[in-house]
Amino acid sequence: MIETLRNIALWFERRLHLVKLWEQTAGHPVPKSSGSWFYTFGSMTMLCLVIQIVTGIFLAMVYVPSAAEAYHSLERLNYDQPLGWLMRGMHYWGSTCMVIVMILHMTQVFLWGAYKYPREMTWLSGCVLLVITLGLAFSGQVMRFDADAYWGLGIGAAIVGRIPFIGDALVRLMLGGAILGSETLSRFFSLHVFILPGTILAFLSIHLRLVLSRGINEPPKPGVLVKRDTYDAHYKEIIKREGVPFFPGAFNKDAVASGVLLLVIFALAVFIGPKGPGVPADPTVTVGEPKPDDPFLFIFGAAALVPNGWEIILFFVLPTLAAIALFALPFISNEGEKSWRRRPISVLAVVIIALTIGMLTYAGMTGPWSPHMDAWKSLDLKEHVLKGRTPLELQGALVFQNKQCRNCHAIDNEGGHRGPDLTSVATRMTSPQLVRQVIQGGGNMPAYGTNLSPPEVHALVAYLSSLHPPNVPPAREAIGPLTPIDEKRSGSQPSGEDTFAKAQKTPKSD
Amino acid sequence: MASEDPHPSNGSHDYPKFDWRSSRRDFLLKLGLALNVIAGAMISIPIIGFFISAIIKRDEPTWISLGPVDQFAVGTTRMVAFENPYRIRADGPTSHIPCWVKRTSEQEFKVFAINCTHLGCPVRWFEQSKLFLCPCHGGAFYEDGSHAAGPPPRALYQYEVKINKGDLTIKAGLLPTLADPGTLASSGQTT
Repeated sequence: MIETLRNIALWFERRLHLVKLWEQTAGHPVPKSSGSWFYTFGSMTMLCLVIQIVTGIFLAMVYVPSAAEAYHSLERLNYDQPLGWLMRGMHYWGSTCMVIVMILHMTQVFLWGAYKYPREMTWLSGCVLLVITLGLAFSGQVMRFDADAYWGLGIGAAIVGRIPFIGDALVRLMLGGAILGSETLSRFFSLHVFILPGTILAFLSIHLRLVLSRGINEPPKPGVLVKRDTYDAHYKEIIKREGVPFFPGAFNKDAVASGVLLLVIFALAVFIGPKGPGVPADPTVTVGEPKPDDPFLFIFGAAALVPNGWEIILFFVLPTLAAIALFALPFISNEGEKSWRRRPISVLAVVIIALTIGMLTYAGMTGPWSPHMDAWKSLDLKEHVLKGRTPLELQGALVFQNKQCRNCHAIDNEGGHRGPDLTSVATRMTSPQLVRQVIQGGGNMPAYGTNLSPPEVHALVAYLSSLHPPNVPPAREAIGPLTPIDEKRSGSQPSGEDTFAKAQKTPKSD
Repeated sequence: MASEDPHPSNGSHDYPKFDWRSSRRDFLLKLGLALNVIAGAMISIPIIGFFISAIIKRDEPTWISLGPVDQFAVGTTRMVAFENPYRIRADGPTSHIPCWVKRTSEQEFKVFAINCTHLGCPVRWFEQSKLFLCPCHGGAFYEDGSHAAGPPPRALYQYEVKINKGDLTIKAGLLPTLADPGTLASSGQTT
């Protein structure tokens, strides 16, 4: 019996050379010390890709890539197709995790100096994989054909339309015509399910092939420098000394990490569920604030925060420089120290990049630059900012509310944050300054001179001048109150003290 | 560094040396190459043509009616939706294109595209403060479409307007971007 099985196995082995294949792949020798938790991110990223492919295939069985039908097919997946919601949830959270784990993988590779000789091509192919993954994340967001996806495409077209000379042609190429419609969705569908997955598999195979042929990076020891002439012998020495087959020698932590990741994705899909679809992609329905998915929030945030006119730099110059930096990295720093313990600038770069992207993402999530569109009709003024006010000031509070000032200006931290919070504006600006600001605008505020009548301005400024804490006096003119020329002539020049005393007596609103 | 490769590919073949340069083999190889180049060129015509057809087949803006003029009161601004003239069946609700119509006087209209000039998000009209506000990055425009505040680089995109037999018509049909704002009532708009 055993003999028969052995013969069958040998029959296959002679034809498929499975032992050799195993030795060259799963059994390839790795340094024993690379069996570390820090080395698990790469295999976790690949696991995410597998989840994306499997769930994506099932989603494509129900999804209809047409602007008229996409939304309904997503609702069908959510509510009608048994377990369709779970499949969508796993695809969404798998995508989010893939981006996160991939960036962790990249950071680890960078800090461990693994991009240096002789693994330059491994790094380069990894950079391409990052770009493709982000492309998949963006086109995947388009598949969720709701208002966010629609306006996200609109933002994409507006960005492309800023390219000089060929912008117009590129916009049409992207939209599949003159206007954003079903052909745009179809284009992104074929990008999302054919072009990018095909490309990512091609580059992944290159990446893996390089990992096998160039070997996995040994955890660097501070002071052990990489030299092109000696590294290969050095690595061979390491493998000879402490080489173990990847499977089962160094696979245990990968297995645990992958299991945990699978459970996390599954739990997120079960407990939080799929994202959207939100409001249908009907351009006449302008509710909500279009926002991209998480991986792109930092660009969205930066677009609001860069100085006006810097969009070209943000969208084209900076990404080009970033790409050049990523691709040039293994050539700029090809030899030398690998350990992050002796590469303070690299550590600092990681910290700065992480903080920048993190803070811009937070800014993109909260979007304080966007007017609070419904503040004027949904938020009331609290009693303590109205109490004890004169009728004129109360009239001003009405102007403040009805003229939608609240959409951009918060009072008591409620309202928009596009402009300054006005809870204690009277301590910063005098009545004449407030009048000027309201009528002429400026400093990123529109002018309301043509839109408010003089009595309205008078009442509004009276109210704003009453907005100061009880223990802080309102701002006053640096030169003291102006007195008519006749009064000045009749009396002597007022001394500085008099001016101060007068200013103190000046009523808080005039 | 092939010797350092832990898994050298078996590049050394033990074939008997053969001369592929014999005249017949050489001829067939050249013929094969030539045939493939010709066929490749022929096949690439439809592939490239298909790919760039969106650029070549220029759907230009056309005149579209927004309905009779008397449905717009003088001095008001309101949203009107029209059908994309180049819609296809699959477009569904995306073929409804909104725009903001402002009747400035008895005979004068201004029709603005909904797309913010910063990054194309839909601007909303606020009657009380007489402003168009953009939800994405806080761009603001005055009621005549000119730039009031925020990052937009220019005034709102404006459609060319004509009153035709009592109907308000606009020249529209493309997504306005900075590269191609579509038809403009006057290109030198105030910013």
